[in-house]
Amino acid sequence: MSVRRLAEKQPATFAFTPENEAWARLEIAKYPDGRQASAVIPLLWRAMAQHDYWLPKAAIEKVADMLGMPHIRALEIATFYSMFNLEPVGKYCVQLCGTTPCMLRGAQDIAAVCKERIGEQRHVSADGLFAWAEVECLGACCNAPMVQINDDYYEDLTPENFRTLLDDLAAGRPAKKGSQIQRISSEPEPGKGPTLLDPALYDGSLVGAFNQRVAESIAASKQAKN
Amino acid sequence: MLADKDRIFTNLYGFQSPGLEAARKRGAWDNTKTLIDAGKDWVIGEMKASGLRGRGGAGFPTGLKWSFMPKPDPARPSYLVVNADESEPGTCKDREIMRNDPHLLIEGCLIASFAMGAHACYIYVRGEYIFERERLQAAVDEAYAANLIGKNNVHGWPFDLYVHHGAGAYICGEETALLESLEGKKGMPRLKPPFPANMGLYGCPTTVNNVESIAVAPTILRRGAAWFAGFGAKNNAGTKLFCISGHVNQPCNVEEAMSIPFRELIDKHCGGVRGGWDNLLAVIPGGSSVRCVPAAQIIDCPMDFDSLGKLRSGLGTAAVIVMDKSTDIIRAIARLSYFYKHESCGQCTPCREGTGWMWRVMERMVEGRAQKREIDMLLDVTTRVEGHTICALGDAAAWPIQGLIAHFRPEIEKRIDSYAANPHSDPIRMAAE
Ligand SMILES: Cc1cc2nc3c(=O)[nH]c(=O)nc-3n(C[C@H](O)[C@H](O)[C@H](O)COP(=O)(O)O)c2cc1C
Ligand code: SF4
Ligand code: FES
Repeated sequence: MSVRRLAEKQPATFAFTPENEAWARLEIAKYPDGRQASAVIPLLWRAMAQHDYWLPKAAIEKVADMLGMPHIRALEIATFYSMFNLEPVGKYCVQLCGTTPCMLRGAQDIAAVCKERIGEQRHVSADGLFAWAEVECLGACCNAPMVQINDDYYEDLTPENFRTLLDDLAAGRPAKKGSQIQRISSEPEPGKGPTLLDPALYDGSLVGAFNQRVAESIAASKQAKN
Repeated sequence: MLADKDRIFTNLYGFQSPGLEAARKRGAWDNTKTLIDAGKDWVIGEMKASGLRGRGGAGFPTGLKWSFMPKPDPARPSYLVVNADESEPGTCKDREIMRNDPHLLIEGCLIASFAMGAHACYIYVRGEYIFERERLQAAVDEAYAANLIGKNNVHGWPFDLYVHHGAGAYICGEETALLESLEGKKGMPRLKPPFPANMGLYGCPTTVNNVESIAVAPTILRRGAAWFAGFGAKNNAGTKLFCISGHVNQPCNVEEAMSIPFRELIDKHCGGVRGGWDNLLAVIPGGSSVRCVPAAQIIDCPMDFDSLGKLRSGLGTAAVIVMDKSTDIIRAIARLSYFYKHESCGQCTPCREGTGWMWRVMERMVEGRAQKREIDMLLDVTTRVEGHTICALGDAAAWPIQGLIAHFRPEIEKRIDSYAANPHSDPIRMAAE
């Protein structure tokens, strides 16, 4: 557990844009009548995305009001879940995975680049562009080490390609998302995997291939019942 | 090695389109109506006979779990909830299913919901998986548009599917914490009983299953229980996604036959251990929550529930974390202790206090700044956390340390000796500090 508090400096009000307001209505409709509190995480998330990636108190209370929840219940959610930033995070919020699988592949070296380029954790850099923090496993361990920057994952990092990435973002140049070493996802390195090469998997020949087997199995089970 | 023709996840790596048309060509949504028309007894019977055990970590038989759902009651609708929280360190397989093979999951949700009498299903995706969530939602939209799911779909079983998400809390992967979170509360596990099959989401009968457990169901039903049961040792059936990370030449996700020997898994798919087999130190074979296994014991071990259980470890989520001899094993485990301290929900004392205490002692062990008798004290504390908490996070925090002490005690002692042998300028502490 960690202690998480609201920012000291807070805007006075918060309102969803009309587009987000409409989106919120659809989101609430996913849940049965009387269960609209279920939408609290998605709504807080949308509020944060609208507000430079951090959640002010006014937004939390607004969401609580929309869902008919006591304010304290929504505040609890905002402080319990670690993805809700409660303070300003800069234009690019860098979350570096530091858990063991990433550590084994050099997450410390990526942390060193963060320190050098951005400064201490949880502080916005002097140019207002970046803030960084070490976080727990982001579920991309086969592509370690990796970071999440705002909504996107950047994987298979080295200090060199990570520096380039930060420079590109800072300069407003397009940056490649995902693997930084030409992998499509988590396959063995390009061209080295021995699997999923059989063309018969993709030519449509699997369609209908098991119909007869299924029919026989169903017939057999009916017979066993009688 | 598993032949390509026997793979369920034929678009695991996203070499092809995740869209409906391409998925159909790969055999998804093929003759689904016949499977449903066969009736729930047939579906559950086949799932039981296939020997599929839950892929979320605990390995509970899936068909049996589905059969626990009570008879449908209009006042208390049944729910299927799919666990896509995927936060166990080392695990990154459900991500590939959601972004590359989402139609297998959606078809699985329909069939599983039918088998347990549920007309609605929620998929709870971890908050950080934003792209994966969008991909999955796009596939759900396609399935609705093609009338494969929805109130009046072509399969004759009214069914709604919703994608939901969390906001970064490992504990929400625990099934009852997940339900709390889905109800709009803090993700704090519930005391069991009552079990979710009786009192789950909104107090209604609910089954929680892992993404992979659900996504393999349609293919098992098409190809047959006997086909699936043909892979793996007895009681450990099927094909399985392995996530191999750490010190191998090519870390990757791969679908393999259960019970494949560790050496074959690594040589065939990962280009071997970094620096060769002699350089292997230890492996955490099932995600961070299981005990590590030293090289000599794991090299020829079949990768399945029972074989790894015999080594006092486990298959868990099949997230295989490989460590070579350059690893500071004490630090590697201490980092996991930090993870559990960070992720404890805080509602039971042994876990809330114990995880912090264990982490602080582990940090001293990393430096060697400890007494040898503290090793046994640490071990003793792990046993006081293990089994004394509401959920299994307490056990998960205890086991990695137990594995370390069981296999690497001399390493810890050596560190303590070398710390003691060197002069240090630690400040002398005053009594009140
Ligand atoms: C602390 C903790 C975290 C868990 N995280 C996950 C998870 O991220 N994904 C998952 O499928 N199961 C997770 N589980 C296991 C679930 O509680 C549950 O057993 C599983 O979703 C059941 O699905 P299965 O029967 O298909 O395996 C976790 C359990 C605990 C105790
Ligand atoms: S064991 Fe830990 S995580 Fe689980 S309920 Fe207790 S305090 Fe929460
Ligand atoms: S440990 Fe970094 S993504 Fe899993």
